[in-house]
Amino acid sequence: MEHTPPAFFNRGPAPVVRLTFFALLSLALIVLDARFRYTEGLRSALALATQPFQIAAAAPAAALRRVADFFASQSQLSTENVELRTELVKAKLAAQRFEAAAAEGARLKQLMGTAEKIPGGATPAEIMYSGRDPFARRVLVDKGSRDGVRAGSPVVDESGVMGQVTRVHALLAEVTLLTDKDQAIPVQVARNGLRAVAFGGGTSGLLELRYLAANAEIVNGDRLVTSGIDGVYPPGLPVGTVTRVERDATNIFARVLCQPAAGIDRGRIVLLLTPVEAPAAAAAQAESAAEKARDKPATKGRRQRAKETRAP
Amino acid sequence: MLPDRRQQILRPVRLSTIVVSFVIALLLNFLPWHNVALVPDFVALTLTFWCVRQPQLVGLGVAWVLGLLTDVGNGVLLGQHALSYSVLAFCAVTLSRRILWFGVSGQTLHVAALLLLAQGVGTLVRLAAGAEFPGWSLAIGPLGAALLWPLVSFLLLAPQRRAHEVDDTRPI
Repeated sequence: MEHTPPAFFNRGPAPVVRLTFFALLSLALIVLDARFRYTEGLRSALALATQPFQIAAAAPAAALRRVADFFASQSQLSTENVELRTELVKAKLAAQRFEAAAAEGARLKQLMGTAEKIPGGATPAEIMYSGRDPFARRVLVDKGSRDGVRAGSPVVDESGVMGQVTRVHALLAEVTLLTDKDQAIPVQVARNGLRAVAFGGGTSGLLELRYLAANAEIVNGDRLVTSGIDGVYPPGLPVGTVTRVERDATNIFARVLCQPAAGIDRGRIVLLLTPVEAPAAAAAQAESAAEKARDKPATKGRRQRAKETRAP
Repeated sequence: MLPDRRQQILRPVRLSTIVVSFVIALLLNFLPWHNVALVPDFVALTLTFWCVRQPQLVGLGVAWVLGLLTDVGNGVLLGQHALSYSVLAFCAVTLSRRILWFGVSGQTLHVAALLLLAQGVGTLVRLAAGAEFPGWSLAIGPLGAALLWPLVSFLLLAPQRRAHEVDDTRPI
């Protein structure tokens, strides 16, 4: 008792006590966010405080880009214009051919009695900068909830699928690239219709097809397209090309690596597509599928479910 | 070893200086950097500075709130920076008397160790949460930030220096 300091020397709890308190608080948040994703409300409330900083910080770069665009030279613009016109003619030709094929396909489907999934609208967007998280592969685009962007929308560029919108802010949206370690996309081999799930390869910049049997019919150079069975990605979009197949006698699964088709690390303009089905229906479907698969040893199911809850 | 004897006597710090410095640090952090791993964490550096200089005013509570704001602004796991900044602030507050004993180069070395520790804590949290190790380039940011320490301490102490005026009636 005689060792207690007088009240005017009192500095509150000791630093170690404070550290313990704040560390436990942080760990609780980390667990809530990583395991259960209960923190989205807190996140959006705090985002109101950080958004002015982000907009102010992004302003100089945007202004600089606008100035650079303004001073683009006449000859540069005219060459680009000619190139774009040629591209447009080619694209129109391809589109006409595609329309004929699509009509034929629809007729065949009608004959077979299957319903056709009609892809929804698309919003063009510009990539502003890569995400501020060295542990994940994300980019930020300049369209947000004000432009009608919804979480879960597929993102494509001119050559294939690029990723998926995982978080939407008012003016920005966060796109997780296909090569992110936690991103998965259902694909099928264009040649024979073999279905698989492609997972991001992380820093390698490749995709990996997991859980394919060692004797699966897949060879180097096979093109992969979206299968569309997840109700998020429209079917038939190019995803990548198989670059390596390893079949090992000691492993029941083949190791298949593929190069993504889209310009994951380059390009500026992307399209944000509307998910094929209503997200609620897709989520319910995924939930029931996950319930069915719960007793199976499926890492895939858990991941898929995590993805669904993150991007409903 | 003796402390640096040529230290100036400083005016008391104004709260507005601290707030403005944190606002500028947050702005610098939210600039659209191309590769975040290579860029110094200005908020961590400013936080270390104030924890060392004013441990009574800036401590773990401020660190935790700043960490939370950084987490939300960067779109990373909520609590990652809150934890690493809390650890950083704890070490800086505990070591503040020791750090101020050294000259600028000695302080820089101490700060480098503290910032690396904070980055290490954040990395461990992410690896535990299932992320992939992105490579040793993660250490470049903290080391770069430590190299900025002399500049930052000069700039942030500038408002506290009194004008060099000759006044015979003043004792010091």
